[in-house]
Parts: sequence; C-alpha cells; structure tokens
Amino acid sequence: MYNYPDAHGHFGPYGGIYVAETLMGALEELNAAYAKYRDDPEFVAEFERDLKYYVGRPSPIYHAERLSAHLGGAQIYLKREDLNHTGAHKINNTIGQALLAKRMGKQRVIAETGAGQHGVATATVAARMGMECVVYMGAEDVQRQSPNVFRMKLLGATVVPVHSGSKTLKDALNEAMRDWVTNIENTFYIIGTVAGPHPYPAMVRDFNAVVSRETIVQMPEMIGRLPDAVIACVGGGSNAMGAFYHYLDSPEVRLIGVEAGGYGIETGKHAAPLTVNAPVGVLHGNKTYLMQDADGQIIETHSISAGLDYPGVGPEHCWLKDTGRAEYVAINDDEALAAFNTLCRFEGIIPALESSHALAHAIKIAPGMGKDKVLLVNLSGRGDKDINTIAQLQGITL
Amino acid sequence: MSRIQTVFEQLKLQQRKALIPFITAGDPNPQLTVPLLHALVEAGADILELGVPFSDPMADGPTIQRASERALKHHVGLHHVLDMVAEFRRKNSHTPVVLMGYGNPIEAMGWETFAKRCAEVGVDGVLTVDFPPEESHEAFTHLEAHGIDPIFLLAPTTREERVAQVAKLARGYVYYVSLKGVTGAGNLDLSAIEQKLPQLRRHIKLPIGVGFGIRDGATANAVAKLCDGVVVGSRIVQEIEDSNEQEMVANVGRLVKELRQAIDN
Repeated sequence: MYNYPDAHGHFGPYGGIYVAETLMGALEELNAAYAKYRDDPEFVAEFERDLKYYVGRPSPIYHAERLSAHLGGAQIYLKREDLNHTGAHKINNTIGQALLAKRMGKQRVIAETGAGQHGVATATVAARMGMECVVYMGAEDVQRQSPNVFRMKLLGATVVPVHSGSKTLKDALNEAMRDWVTNIENTFYIIGTVAGPHPYPAMVRDFNAVVSRETIVQMPEMIGRLPDAVIACVGGGSNAMGAFYHYLDSPEVRLIGVEAGGYGIETGKHAAPLTVNAPVGVLHGNKTYLMQDADGQIIETHSISAGLDYPGVGPEHCWLKDTGRAEYVAINDDEALAAFNTLCRFEGIIPALESSHALAHAIKIAPGMGKDKVLLVNLSGRGDKDINTIAQLQGITL
Repeated sequence: MSRIQTVFEQLKLQQRKALIPFITAGDPNPQLTVPLLHALVEAGADILELGVPFSDPMADGPTIQRASERALKHHVGLHHVLDMVAEFRRKNSHTPVVLMGYGNPIEAMGWETFAKRCAEVGVDGVLTVDFPPEESHEAFTHLEAHGIDPIFLLAPTTREERVAQVAKLARGYVYYVSLKGVTGAGNLDLSAIEQKLPQLRRHIKLPIGVGFGIRDGATANAVAKLCDGVVVGSRIVQEIEDSNEQEMVANVGRLVKELRQAIDN
C-alpha cells in the first residue's frame, strides 16, 4: 500500500518543512487540526455535502468520440473538472481548507494565485463563509488573467498585485507567506497546490483526491475497466495528484504528468523541472526539483499558461518520478494552443490553457495506440479565463 | 574557544551587550561590501551578520528584499560572499562573521563543500533562515565537523518543547525574532520580549540576541537591557539604500556609532 508522506511530510527525500521559525508554530497548529479533522465524520460529511450541492459533484466523464475518431487511435475520455462551480478543480481544495479554517476559528483567509483559478475558488468560499479574503497575484498574471481578477473583486476579495521578482506565481507565494507570518493569529493560508511546507502537499492532495475517487468508479461503469493511462497537467501538480492518487496502487494504469514546455525545452524558457531533471533544491517550504542557476537562485520560468508558470513542483510528483510510478513529459506553448483549438472545434468544449497541455499529450500519443486503448485526461479547468490571452495571440482586441 | 564565544565572554566581563549589525553582501555593489564590514567594526559592531542574496527571500520585508535584488543585479552568489569574507579577514582576524540567508544557495553548493569553505575563509556561524532544526541534520553535521556554529532562530510563537530542541543544536548564540512578521516590520513589543525571555533562558544557556524591528537607539537600548545582543538589519540596509556611494560608508558608520552609544548607555 502506498503510504506517503511520513510524519514529517517527507516523500522520500522530498517535501519536509523548510520554513523560518516564525512559521513553525502556525504549521504545527495546522498539522494538529488537519490530523484531528481529516477523518472526523462530521468534517468529512460537511465536505462531501459541499462537494455535492455547492460544487456540483461528481463531475462527469465524457467520451470525446469525435476527437478520438479524428485521431484514429486510443479513445480519449475527459474528466470534466471544468464543469465544477468556479470552473476548475481548485474549488475541491479551497472548500476543504476553508472548512478547516472555520474549525480553527480563523476569520481571515489569504491565498496566492497564478491563473487566478485558485484565487477565485478561495474568494468564493470566503464569500460563502463570511470570511475576509486577500489574494496575492503576480503583477504580470494580473495583466494576463484580468477576467479572474475582476471575478475575485466581485466576490469581495482584495487582490494585491505583487511586483517583486518575476511578478508571477512564485512571487505571489512569497508575499502570501509574508502576510501569513505577520497575521498568524487570525489568518489561515489556503495554499492552492500540492507544494509548500507539510502538511500542505498531503492535505491539498487529499482534498483533490475526490477526482480519482470518482473516476476509479466511473470508468468501470462506462467501459468495464480502468483506463490505460491517466493524463494531467502539472504546474505545482494539484489536479494531477488528485487524478492520480487512487490509481497509485494499480500499476496497470500509466500515470502521465504533463509539464509546461514553454517555448521549447531546448530554449530553457519553460516550466518543466521534472522533465529536464532540474537539480533538487528548497523553495516555498519543501525540497523539490527546482529550476535554478548554478548559484542556487531561482530562475524565471515561462509558460503561456499562468497556472503552470512555476519553477518547482509538488514533492510527491518528485517521488513518483524517482520511483517510476508516474512519467513526466513536457508540452510546449504551441502544442497546447493547438490542442485548445482542437477541443473547441471537435467537441464544443473550451479548455483552460493549463488543461490543454494534458490534452495535447493525449492528442500526441493517441494515434500510435490501438482503438481499444483508453486515455483519461483530467480536464482540470475551463478556458473562459484565457480568452484574452488567446485573442491577443490572434491579434484581436476584445 | 570560538570567536563568537570569545566576544560574548569579553562583553560579559565588561558588562556590555553585543551589537550585531546586518548587511547584505553585494549591496549596493560587490566592491563596497568589505569596506562596509570594516566600517561596521570601527563603529562598534561586535559580530557581523552578512546576508547571502537570494532570489526569493520569503522571511524578509521590502527593505532587505530590495538589498537582495541590488546584489543579484551584480550576480553576487554564495562563492562571492565567501571570497568577501576571505578579503575581510586579511585585515580583521577577531570579529566574528555569521552568514545569514536561505538554504537553496547552500544546497546548490553542497553542505560539505560549503562548510569546508566557511572554515577556510573564516566564517564563524551560519544562520539558514528556512532550515528549522527538523530539517537541519545534514547541515548540522557538516558545520559541526568544520567548527562552524549553526545559529538558530526562535520566535514568539515557538513552543517550549521546540526551544529545548533548539537548545540542543544551537552553537554560538541564539537569535530571538522579536515580533510576528518579516524583517523590518515596525510592531516590536518590548513587554512581550520581556515575558518570553525567562522561558528561553530555562533552556538556552548560550547568549541570546534579539532582532527584527529595531530601528533606533532608544529601542536598541531597551532591548539590550533584556538580552545579550541586539541585531539591527533593515535600518542599516535602509541607510545603504538612502545614501549615495561616496557617503555610504561614512553614513552607515555614523548610524552604527549612534546605536553603539545607545546600547552602552
């Protein structure tokens, strides 16, 4: 039985708690609260109820028949996380953490966001629970994801643009950590991905594991067996961990994580630390494969999708790569864009640019596989938020 | 006896408290770092904390973040910082130097190489901000093997069991973070420090330095009465940022002299 992390949050050599002493008290408090409530029947029941009636779960699996026929190989099935309330898988985790925050008596929640999906999901649960909400977002991402910025504001959140460093997701995370350490008594930090100090990687995974908890039942209902592969995009890696988790002990199912290849791996302008075997380092509270220079400074990453534009990756993915249980590949901007357009035209579904990376890999490998093979792609989010980016690329002003 | 220990023993005999200023190596440029270090000593510093620039200084406020950014514009990396200490040691063999920064640049160099280089160039202590005791086994082993003191942070939120744990690993001195927040914040609470210190003293037999949020002579004086050393970082870095290069060394010297007098009063 797969049983990670250990008591101190280690997945093999990865993960851990690499934070300043000023945060240790808060992490101990969080760890104790999560240990207390994760299996508490009332907590679990409230979480399940919210997932059903507020998020709209279970999300369906859809057989993309026209796309599969067009590719002429493996059958592509889509797990429709894009149909969740707020439009992505991110809400699964924010509900879980907000319920925990409520039990811990925290009145204020903060979050970092890249594409804005996690920010929106946090602002949403904060509005519903009557909590104050502050979202940190890289100044560059504020520009390229303006619809989500407006959405967060409509929901009553304060969005703080972060101008330090590369002005993207990692800098938003730095700033959120600084807020947390300053307001530790009344504030709960809702981290949006399976990274950060323990217990975040395990906790965020557990809340998102509802995805594979559903698919492991849904697929046999639909096709009489498990899929041949599960494919999900990986930035920090929360949707992928959710989609992989319940298959970890089923070795016949290939698990494929798709990182952002940006302008192409060979250009160095990408966000694919696992694919390129980036050196192991420490950032944002955990040990992980990390995009860095020879001096150990974190380097700027590039991806067309803000949600994947991150120099590290969740520690559990590092461990799954090392153990060979999951494989990791990269899809570059152009391939993701092509997949985005293909899904729009063949299936009438506008996918998020992040999810388009997972889709692009399925589109790449399906033709070489038999028609009886099944690829389950986690369609982690919808692409409404990306229409400005796409329009800009096509030279159109909306 | 280590340099850090010697300094605290001498201060104890003189019934004085340590002044521990912080600057970031390479800020505003690599040429000024060693002259600044000498100026700090001339102005009355007992121990020097030298910041290793890092791209993602999570525990630092805007002032020290900008210092890191200025240094990184000159591509100042860990090996440059070690070279600067070597240069400083040519004229100063008695003032302890503590490197303070984040773990990743050291991970990139490798702890063994790093600890060896520290001993060669004359670094006395290392404070790795984002490596709490739980994750410091490898670091501790290599630093200890080369006689480098691992310096640990304690915070207002540190539970007593953790204080005891830190007491076992710490060498040199212990750095108590005087407020909840990042470096340079302005909400220091003297009575909270006063209340926390007896709990720390129960476990920590080493000298205790207090820092974060000490911005003027009056605060430095008040804090010094409660502990063994006063760490001043952001205020000095602010002076570097506000000064032109010709007057910088003199301005920083004047500021540190004022702090020295305030602490000794």
